[in-house]
Amino acid sequence: MKSFLTLECLSKKFPGKKTDSDYVVFDDISYTIEKGEFVCIIGHSGCGKSTILNVLAGLDKPTTGYISMEGKEVVGSSLDRGVVFQNYSLLPWLTALKNVTFGVKARFPNKSKAEVEEHSLKYLQMVGLGENVNKKPSELSGGMRQRVSIARAFATHPKLLLLDEPFGALDALTRGNIQDELIKIWNETKQTVFMITHDVDEAILLADKIILMSNGPGACIAEEVLVNIPRPRERGKVIDDPGYYKIRKHLIKFLVERSSDFTGDKVRKSPITVDPTQDN
Amino acid sequence: MSSLNIKAAFLSIVILFVGLALWEVFNQAPKATEELDEFALLMGGEDKEARVPPPSKVFKHAYKELSDPFYDAGPNDKGIGIQLFYSLVRVLIGFGAAAAIAIPLGFVIGMSELMYKALNPFIQILKPISPLAWMPLALFIIKDSEKSAVFVIFICSIWPMLLNTAFGVSNVRKDWIKVAQTHELSKLKTAFCVILPASAPTIFTGMRISIGIAWLVIVAAEMLVGGTGIGYYVWNEWNNLDLNSVIFSIIMIGLVGMTLDLILNALSRLVVYEE
Repeated sequence: MKSFLTLECLSKKFPGKKTDSDYVVFDDISYTIEKGEFVCIIGHSGCGKSTILNVLAGLDKPTTGYISMEGKEVVGSSLDRGVVFQNYSLLPWLTALKNVTFGVKARFPNKSKAEVEEHSLKYLQMVGLGENVNKKPSELSGGMRQRVSIARAFATHPKLLLLDEPFGALDALTRGNIQDELIKIWNETKQTVFMITHDVDEAILLADKIILMSNGPGACIAEEVLVNIPRPRERGKVIDDPGYYKIRKHLIKFLVERSSDFTGDKVRKSPITVDPTQDN
Repeated sequence: MSSLNIKAAFLSIVILFVGLALWEVFNQAPKATEELDEFALLMGGEDKEARVPPPSKVFKHAYKELSDPFYDAGPNDKGIGIQLFYSLVRVLIGFGAAAAIAIPLGFVIGMSELMYKALNPFIQILKPISPLAWMPLALFIIKDSEKSAVFVIFICSIWPMLLNTAFGVSNVRKDWIKVAQTHELSKLKTAFCVILPASAPTIFTGMRISIGIAWLVIVAAEMLVGGTGIGYYVWNEWNNLDLNSVIFSIIMIGLVGMTLDLILNALSRLVVYEE
């Protein structure tokens, strides 16, 4: 069966100066994502996570390899692939509501003005922004801004949602609250999500699978870690799951000890899958 | 209003009155202390010596002029309102034409690195030319003094708007362009829905600079071409040795210039956004 999303032998290289060899950000990235999966990618800075996400979003081009979604090659940007950026990327001259209708209008050009507004308000409500919809981004806190950005992305019903470290700039408490909102909205929409994060706990809370990247340059996918914790998950309860600390330990051990000297097994076509909850 | 503003307003008024008082006191006609000699008598006495008039006289004159600003008693005797009106119309036509060209062209330059590099040498050479240096050429080509004055306004207004628009457009945050890209906006829609609102504050700053320069230049241009306008009026009153009118019109030039700036400032508030 064809996978929903296939990354085939992606690499990104920058030409070196005359004598140097090319600078390789990542090499030979192959991976598949099924419909409805929530995949997080973790790795140290410089391993090319953001570049992979930008390639998926159509904002950057890989040096080699290709991506296909539902059997069609991914070229350029499309509303089928929604993006939430770390710095929110709201248009500051528009109100929260107008920022969302901006996306909804682009996605559903045939909707009437009232329908667009109703649809947008529904998603703003979902992320808990019911009362502040007529404020400009500058009048909203960082957390509120990111909620608007998430509402905009979900409201456009993309087939694939790309989240580029969406909570990286938020304090821990705010981050927790928005993670709850994200889980809620994800439970309702069952979006396919590809998310970059630096936060191990966040990845375990949200993801079905976690991709571990080895360090750059020349980064590759080291492992695919299954998060074998039943849904629906809650922030307060997920830590009581017996598998939680096994997964957490596995991830941290990798990031601290193994990621730097990991050399990809070039023969293998797809990364090994690990389920830490099954280990003893 | 904050107490700082009240204090500042109070201080402004004090400075104004002290300044006017000093001007008044030091401009009194000297008292005739001794017998006038024959020459002085012939000339009508020392009191008729040419002197910058004191504010009281200027105000009296200003009141007279302002109570009937639109009278028209022939080519050399028109009210201040008519003269200012002529100048404003010239500035607005020249400025409007400049905006109509500079803003779209600046947009193109800002969007395209190629156009920027190709046009930059011309802009750099044309920009520092004093607008009045164009006057002889304009008079020769256009053969109409009035239109030449408008052309001079046009040429001096165009550069700040062109450069500010190009700068604003080329410095739109890449994130916002990415938002447009990921929402599949067409080039045209990106320009109008993202780049234009994003660069509008910078464009308005250019417009403010331009209209300020245009108002500076119109006075000089009208002194050269003559006929009508506030610049011509100042020069004409100087030829008449009517310093009351000269000072009065200087003040009016300042007030109108300030009003133009305030209007553009108010308009720019409509498009300013906070990040």
